[in-house]
Amino acid sequence: MSEPIRRIRTPMRLEYQIQAGADLTNFLQKLTEKRIVGRRSPTGKVYVPPRGSCPVTGLPMLEEVELSDVGTVTTFSIIHMEFEGQRLPPPYAVGTVLLDGADLPLFHIIGGAVEDVRMGMRVRAVWVPDEELEPTLESILYFESTGEPDAPYESYKEHI
Amino acid sequence: MRDVAIIGFDQLPNVRRTHLSDVEMVQRVIEGALKDSKVERKRIDFWCSGSADMLVGRPFSFVSALDAIGAWPPVSESHVEMDGAWALYEAWVRLLHGDFHTSLVYCFGEASTGDLRNVLVTQLDPYYVAPLAPDSISVAALQAQALVDQGKYTERDFAEVAYRNRKAAATNEKAYLRDSDEVDTLLQEAPIVGLLRKHACPPITDGACAVVLATREYVEANNIEAVAWIRGFDHRIDEHDLGARDLADSPSTRIAAEKAGAKLGAIDVAELHAPVAHQELILRDVLGFDASTKINPSGGCLAANSMMVAGLTRIGEAANAIREGRAKRALAHATSGPALQQNLICILEAE
Repeated sequence: MSEPIRRIRTPMRLEYQIQAGADLTNFLQKLTEKRIVGRRSPTGKVYVPPRGSCPVTGLPMLEEVELSDVGTVTTFSIIHMEFEGQRLPPPYAVGTVLLDGADLPLFHIIGGAVEDVRMGMRVRAVWVPDEELEPTLESILYFESTGEPDAPYESYKEHI
Repeated sequence: MRDVAIIGFDQLPNVRRTHLSDVEMVQRVIEGALKDSKVERKRIDFWCSGSADMLVGRPFSFVSALDAIGAWPPVSESHVEMDGAWALYEAWVRLLHGDFHTSLVYCFGEASTGDLRNVLVTQLDPYYVAPLAPDSISVAALQAQALVDQGKYTERDFAEVAYRNRKAAATNEKAYLRDSDEVDTLLQEAPIVGLLRKHACPPITDGACAVVLATREYVEANNIEAVAWIRGFDHRIDEHDLGARDLADSPSTRIAAEKAGAKLGAIDVAELHAPVAHQELILRDVLGFDASTKINPSGGCLAANSMMVAGLTRIGEAANAIREGRAKRALAHATSGPALQQNLICILEAE
């Protein structure tokens, strides 16, 4: 008896061009103007990036809301591992940034010394040079401290 | 068995490439179907959807589409990785349990994001067939060849099916191909694969549709008039291995039709999910309609073939024929898998 065949290889490659949709396309295009736009849902919450449909009510989110590029770190994690596609050498912090006026935090890199990163830290987006702006969140290099006093826990506890 | 009816339907226009995301498409057809049924969103007891991640190349794509249903407070929800016609089947079974009275079923498909002919290779048998990578048109061409080899039909028959469907779509503003050259002109096209010419193949389109179901208790309590009652519903599957099947026949359609009671009365309108022209001929042979049956008045899948949507659209179109008084009894068919592998039959009737 020969050895049983336990595995076969059937390589397959498929390429896709994803359709971002109307709301996300608008969000991504505005990033090339260093603007961050969200949408207000019928429940009053501001979603950024906008989601196409309010997840609570299922209704369209009709009102566009322009947000500042300043916000508060609600939580964070420090990356010590190396992996493919990394933009910074470890250690560095990634966190969720609740932009002022938004109800949904964005995930992004928190720049500066990792020992200084903390919940409630006030941060501002650091954009790539104007000629490198593209319709992607990578047009923001990272968020860095504004130097303001920390936001009180009460102001962001709903968004953790 | 409890009576369940289709009381609402909506579909987006089928387009070559939509500018909308999945959730934006779904959001629109859910609103449309709710409006058509006059059921308020919060009165939907059960939600069910059909879609396929391989079309958009993104895992769990149905989860992001849930944003469109308004799932707070939490709702009862399910999904099938299939055409929405099978999601409707699940919803129908769920309503038969007796504790739920309404259901909204939706489906969406954006085939324009990928290379559809090759995406469909992923549904083939993974050991013996998929490694050979026959694309969907090549698989369909094997089936067309089987029909011609058995002396059942000719390429002219295929062209006549394509011509009739696309001419019928002239009155369907949601269809994509809504006109056709004459049959003699069609036959001058060069074949794409084997015997299949472009006209015998379906267009690649993006789309979405939604159907609302309700039990008799709900229909009577709310005085709903435009209804199409589900009188029979069954789906069956043939051998996955293409070589083990007679591709010129469809035993699973025959059994599903029998179990659904297709022959218990005359069929006024039949909507057949036959993406490639010759598949309509196979289905007609199996289903054996009278001369009075109108087949695909919507233009069928040769006019618009949004993946995961075209099957439920057949049921929605057949239901509308009844709800609008154009038919007393209608048959809707949906298919899934390569070369008519799996087939579903839904029999709809007026009161």
